[in-house]
Amino acid sequence: MLRGLAVLLLFQLLGESLVFLSDLAIPGPVVGLILLSATLPVLQRFRHQEVIHVDQAAQTLLGNLGLFFVPAGVGVVALGGIVGTHAGAIGAVLVLSAIITLAVTVWTFILVSRLIAGRRAP
Amino acid sequence: MNRSPIELWVYLSASPLLWLTLTLVVWIMASELSKKLGRHPLANPVLVSILVLSVMMIIADVPYERYFAGAQFIHFLLGPATVAIALPLYRQWKEVRALLVPISVALLIGSVVAVTSVVGLGLVFDLPREIMLSFLPKSATAGVAMAISQSLGGDPSLTAVLVIMTGIVGALMVTPFMNLMRITDYAARGFAVGLTAHGIGTARAYEVNPTAGLFAGIAMALNAVATSAIAPLAASWLLS
Repeated sequence: MLRGLAVLLLFQLLGESLVFLSDLAIPGPVVGLILLSATLPVLQRFRHQEVIHVDQAAQTLLGNLGLFFVPAGVGVVALGGIVGTHAGAIGAVLVLSAIITLAVTVWTFILVSRLIAGRRAP
Repeated sequence: MNRSPIELWVYLSASPLLWLTLTLVVWIMASELSKKLGRHPLANPVLVSILVLSVMMIIADVPYERYFAGAQFIHFLLGPATVAIALPLYRQWKEVRALLVPISVALLIGSVVAVTSVVGLGLVFDLPREIMLSFLPKSATAGVAMAISQSLGGDPSLTAVLVIMTGIVGALMVTPFMNLMRITDYAARGFAVGLTAHGIGTARAYEVNPTAGLFAGIAMALNAVATSAIAPLAASWLLS
């Protein structure tokens, strides 16, 4: 677990460093995610045991992903002022944008799947 | 005993230990409650924990900065948790590869809609520019969205709040909405909720169906990357 966590932190550190050096507009952890994805097949081949450690740490973190949103979420209390004056508009944009995104994404996924299945079938 | 309980409270409420411990305890209790209520969407453990802790802070008259001094240790884990998304992606690469075309197209269109719908609706509802900048990455997972918001000149803590509210709204709506639309493809349902509502939506998808959970996790991972690329474009257009 600890060993796996160290690997995850190491890749986050690598990501943050690359972003700092190159002035990329992508967040450091995302660059870390991409780098780790690219490294895992190599690691699996040469340091198989390491992947198991990283997998354990990843499962622990992702199994409690909701917890990590709580501290920032409690910030609603501190931001009451800004959110309060535009509460109605913010609420409307939030709900409508979520519905539109859900609908467009699910239908795109289904339509493209059907198109491909249709092309393969005949 | 030389000291009064009031002195103890003053001492403890100022230490990071108290708020770190309370955040963990409240989260565990909220998770148990959610399980007992059959994972009802309104018993969402993220929502319940935030409400309970907020009420505690208001009653105890503790400023957010003091709460965060303790809770930041939990908040910090959003970074390595984002990197950890690489693992399910790697493990489930076979499933991803089999549906690579629908995944890529739905990712591209969904991600653009998630960002541009905020700009369009924000103009309709007359939201100030500063709020819109913080609003753009709301469908990306919190750590990533806050980093994007910071680089765009938004307010990262406002972004965190909007991200979490989006997550909760998406998690609450997905099951009734998909049932109403009579969509039975759990890969598609999961992908849509993971893209729209990141980790909170993914947690919800896993409660409903394992395939939905898998595709929600994939969508969350990919949308973190896609939003990083798309939000700055929308922001530069918004500011021009």
